[in-house]
Amino acid sequence: MNGSTQKHALFPIKNVIGFGLSLLLTFVAIALGVSHALAFGPVMMIIMGLAVLQIIVQLFFFMHFTESDGPAYHIIGLAIGIINTIAIIAGTLWIMTFNSQVH
Amino acid sequence: MFEHIRSFASHFFVTGEPMIYASDVAIVLFLVGIIFTLTYLKKWKWLWREWITTVDHKKIGIMYLISALLMMFRGGVDALLMRTQLALPNQTFLDAEHYNQIFTTHGTIMILFMAMPFLFALFNIAVPLQLGARDVAFPFLNSVSFWLFFFGALLFNLSFVIGGSPDAGWTSYPPLTELGFDKGPGENFYLLGIQISGIGSMATGINFLVTILKMRAPGMTLMRLPLFCWSVVASCIIIIFAFPALTVALALLLIDRVADAHFFTMLHGGNPMMFINLFWIWGHPEVYIVVLPAYGIYSEVVSTFSGKKIFGYKTMVISLMIISVVSYFVWAHHYFTMGASAGVNSFFAVASMLIGIPTGVKVFNWLFTMFRGRIQLKLPMLWTLAFIPCFAMGGATGIMLAVAPADYQYHNSYFLIAHFHQTLIGGVAFGLLAGMYYWWPKMFGFSLNERLGRWAFWFFNIGFYVCFMPQYFLGFMGMTRRVYTYSGDTGWTSFNFISSIGAYLMGIGFLFIVVQVLYSIKYGERDLTGDPWNGRTLEWAIASPAPHYNFAHIPEVTERDAWWDMKARGESLIKVNQRMAFKPIHMPKNSGLPFIMAVFFFISGFGFVFNWYWMAALGLLGVGICMIVRSNNRDSEYYIPAEDVEKTEAALGRV
Amino acid sequence: MSTLNHYKEPEKQSHSTTSELLEYQRHDGPLNILGFWIFLATDLLLFACLFATYLVIRTHVDGGPTDKDLFEIPGFTIETILLLASSFTGSLAVYEMRHNDKKRLLGWLVVTVLLGLGFIGIEVSEFLSYIREGATMQRSAFLSAFFTLVGTHGSHVSLGIIWMISIIRQVAKYGIEPINARKVFIIGLYWHFLDIVWIFIFTVVYMTGVVS
Repeated sequence: MNGSTQKHALFPIKNVIGFGLSLLLTFVAIALGVSHALAFGPVMMIIMGLAVLQIIVQLFFFMHFTESDGPAYHIIGLAIGIINTIAIIAGTLWIMTFNSQVH
Repeated sequence: MFEHIRSFASHFFVTGEPMIYASDVAIVLFLVGIIFTLTYLKKWKWLWREWITTVDHKKIGIMYLISALLMMFRGGVDALLMRTQLALPNQTFLDAEHYNQIFTTHGTIMILFMAMPFLFALFNIAVPLQLGARDVAFPFLNSVSFWLFFFGALLFNLSFVIGGSPDAGWTSYPPLTELGFDKGPGENFYLLGIQISGIGSMATGINFLVTILKMRAPGMTLMRLPLFCWSVVASCIIIIFAFPALTVALALLLIDRVADAHFFTMLHGGNPMMFINLFWIWGHPEVYIVVLPAYGIYSEVVSTFSGKKIFGYKTMVISLMIISVVSYFVWAHHYFTMGASAGVNSFFAVASMLIGIPTGVKVFNWLFTMFRGRIQLKLPMLWTLAFIPCFAMGGATGIMLAVAPADYQYHNSYFLIAHFHQTLIGGVAFGLLAGMYYWWPKMFGFSLNERLGRWAFWFFNIGFYVCFMPQYFLGFMGMTRRVYTYSGDTGWTSFNFISSIGAYLMGIGFLFIVVQVLYSIKYGERDLTGDPWNGRTLEWAIASPAPHYNFAHIPEVTERDAWWDMKARGESLIKVNQRMAFKPIHMPKNSGLPFIMAVFFFISGFGFVFNWYWMAALGLLGVGICMIVRSNNRDSEYYIPAEDVEKTEAALGRV
Repeated sequence: MSTLNHYKEPEKQSHSTTSELLEYQRHDGPLNILGFWIFLATDLLLFACLFATYLVIRTHVDGGPTDKDLFEIPGFTIETILLLASSFTGSLAVYEMRHNDKKRLLGWLVVTVLLGLGFIGIEVSEFLSYIREGATMQRSAFLSAFFTLVGTHGSHVSLGIIWMISIIRQVAKYGIEPINARKVFIIGLYWHFLDIVWIFIFTVVYMTGVVS
């Protein structure tokens, strides 16, 4: 959090670190995908993990996620949103594989 | 040229149906009547200034209520037409096509254009007043929501006279609804009408959630929040997380229809079941969106008319929250028969049954609240008392349906029809009516006549059981939903005939409500105290109807049931007015922009319906321009001077 | 002064950081920011449904081109880098705003818009090249889902660009004050959110196609 509003002395160090991390995570994902070092399953597991790390980078380095006026209701809201997102995607995949042999 | 126009008109307007011609005449006469009256009384300016441009939550609530009652009338007429057709075997009152259209519009209207706006009416009227706030968090957005609902509903209802009604059921399953099987514009009307009003619903969900979280009066902690507000929180949480699924389902089907894509087609790899999956990701939570606020209303009513604080406040809150989360994990029970794996069906069966537990907790809490209370059988309480056994039965048959293997027997039979009408009428409609009677004096400053209300109550209730109990048996006897006729040797005649009688009794009940409203406008008891029921929450601490700014001084809350607590301490807002100086009040300005923006949405939707893309693009452009105008507007607030506040309060006899 | 949002909650003291921030100073600042976070949660669900649809019919190619045939690493990598960079410059805009530097704030917003335009340009040319190869939306369920998912993200970005231009105009006109601060902060949230969605398109759509 950069709370101070007056001085211009500081370099936006946090933002630069965030950008560096997001680029790094992207290149690691691409390198893993291109190298064919691992099978499809493990690669996907790892790059999904990297994508989750990217969310954390965006939220904490760029989006001022912890700032709030009063209780941090937006964090609760987003948490429920993420639970429901997982429910929709995982649930749908689980349900809709019923006729995967057809296609 | 003339031939050209004639051929266009014969496709554009619905023709060849005497009932629709009669309706055309009625609609035209009605519109002419309205225009004439407004012009004669010179009320156009008044209409624009006081209603169309208003951002006042109380007025928006009243507009929602009027729309919802009109839609209840239309949906109810649809129901009566269906029951007339089914009263006897082999009838030709309606043909198959016409019957399909009627059950489609009945379902869609009752859920999306009756129950939802009725709820939003009560949200708007009660929530800010219960919180001790002066408006909702986003008054402008609130107006946008209303007008999007209004024009969405208008677009949907327009299909009755222009283009032809949708006819694939309120669930609109592909592949039947794909272009190959359903050419007509009716289905497009369905997709766009719901889409437009759905955007408004989502905005309402965000609006009320933020209002309750951020705009409570000082001292009103979350655990001092009235239960109706808690139920609105639960409902809004579901709205904001479930409506996107509907948006996507409808959008993808529309893309299939207008852009020839293959999401849900039978060819080129499409998967129709995916629509059904997305639809119910929204569709099941939707029933909790409408029923949870009804639970909130029952809680307020039971507590007020038993003269006791609610029993088990905390468990009420916890069960609301549990329902709002678990409701998200039950959607597949709408298509157990699809043939998903045993694991899927078991999971969703168990999750569905689990919902019964928090609901049961609530029922016991209502009963214990009444226990040893001084129960006053006023109209809201009557409807609440009728709700409990009715909903318990509907819940029990719901558990039967949740048993996946047994569901293969009941699926899409009249057993299901009876079940969901019992929960949606017994649970939601009873609650909406209880809420309407309860808050009516606060909205309009007079109470509705009790005697006529009792006639309505008994006709509607007896009619309900006469109508729907036989349908459980019809389901067991093999009658499936959406059949437009049957032969006499099925043995279904007597139950169907009884059911139709019940439907007409309910219709008479509705007429009594209409008469009751009209009678009470003239002769209803005026509410001069602002607290006709000896209420417990803050909306009863101010005058009826509430002044524009709601609270001259924002009340300080020290207890749950804030107004009850104030009364117990001999405190009142009148005394606060006497003690403290009036200050200017900061309020949002009225704006015509929401109305104009919704008109553009309507134009765009109409263009998409008939694949007139220039018109659709024009509409969207207009929407965009409205948004930019709004973004650049820096003059959207004003102050009511302190003297004006004082004058208003004095006129209300509150200084 | 009495306002719509009359009451400041007692818990507020524990998060005193926001009380100095310009975007929280008007009564509607905290309301709009919380409301926008919740809107982002709904948008997240919207994309969740599109991702779910994509994953279910990803392999339904109907004999047409598959994801492996279509996607090329340089194209989507450049798109990713452009969008990540624009997310970074967007965050710098908020940083400069909080240091009350109007010129740099405007500068970074303009850079963000340009990067966004670059992203959209490459995406459109990618779509056009697919269409030229006959991989149109009408070809198969997979392609319908691909174009809809990626296109929905693209139209979000396009809307964001128009919105940001409108905000640049307002900042130029009225300077850094509570209303504009709120607007810049909120468009920042929107922009970073679209970056997050893109990361998942990158992973679930493009990388999956390349790896499989």
